[in-house]
Amino acid sequence: MSEPLRGIVVSHAAVAQSLVAAVAAIAGVEDALVPVSNEGCDGRALADRLTAAIGGKPAVLFVDLPGGSCLTGAARYARGKPDLAVVTGVNLAMLLDFVFHRDVAPAEAAKRAAEAGARAIRTPAA
Amino acid sequence: MSIALYRVDDRLIHGQVVVGWGQPLDAGFIVLVDDEVRASEWEQDLYRMGVPAHIEVVFASVEEARRRLSEWNTDPRPGILLAGDIDTIAAIAGDGGSLIRQLNIGGVHHRAGRSERLRYVYLTDAEANKLRQLAARGIEITAQDVPTARAVPLEEFV
Repeated sequence: MSEPLRGIVVSHAAVAQSLVAAVAAIAGVEDALVPVSNEGCDGRALADRLTAAIGGKPAVLFVDLPGGSCLTGAARYARGKPDLAVVTGVNLAMLLDFVFHRDVAPAEAAKRAAEAGARAIRTPAA
Repeated sequence: MSIALYRVDDRLIHGQVVVGWGQPLDAGFIVLVDDEVRASEWEQDLYRMGVPAHIEVVFASVEEARRRLSEWNTDPRPGILLAGDIDTIAAIAGDGGSLIRQLNIGGVHHRAGRSERLRYVYLTDAEANKLRQLAARGIEITAQDVPTARAVPLEEFV
């Protein structure tokens, strides 16, 4: 793959923006992720924002909730496009893993990211 | 209990509906009225993903909604009926007397030809007129995205 994958973080309100800022602060990687908010969007407007963020390149779409307008918009957009993959339940651990593992196909990157995100959800003993 | 909320929202099933309204209403079912979604299993699966298992989701065409409205209104569970635009809810209401007494405008977003009425409500003049016609038939229409927000009366946004 000539160019590393891009991650598009799709969220309600400013969650995406904050997650992208946090990844940059922790990992120092600033060119791997693009935030997209659904604020004020219907499905068409969200698709326009996704088009601008993706820029016609292979990408993984990280969506905040497993349901809702961000997911329906992202899943519709990615449907039938092998250069795009969708993951829901985005968290910081997932994105931090992703930014260092972007030289693979979108589906493989999405699977790895989902596993990394799931591993981060724990209940430490008090 | 019947249908506790008739809502126009172009996002259809999403967080504000399931959590924002669904929790306080203790919704037992959601009717999503949209001809395209009714015809697509893939779309239906997508919308079901955002709904807890204890809430039934019914996908209906406009024609089915008109036919089954009285049935849903005798359901003992509180329900939510969603339409994606003003034309759809007007079609469900029909021309004569309607079971719809109150209508919530929850989200109609910007599109060519629409102008901003509220932060989350954009309407064409034709859509605004259609709402006035529904109101003239006795349907109480307010805009309110979430239950904790103020219900804005129709005359304040059309």
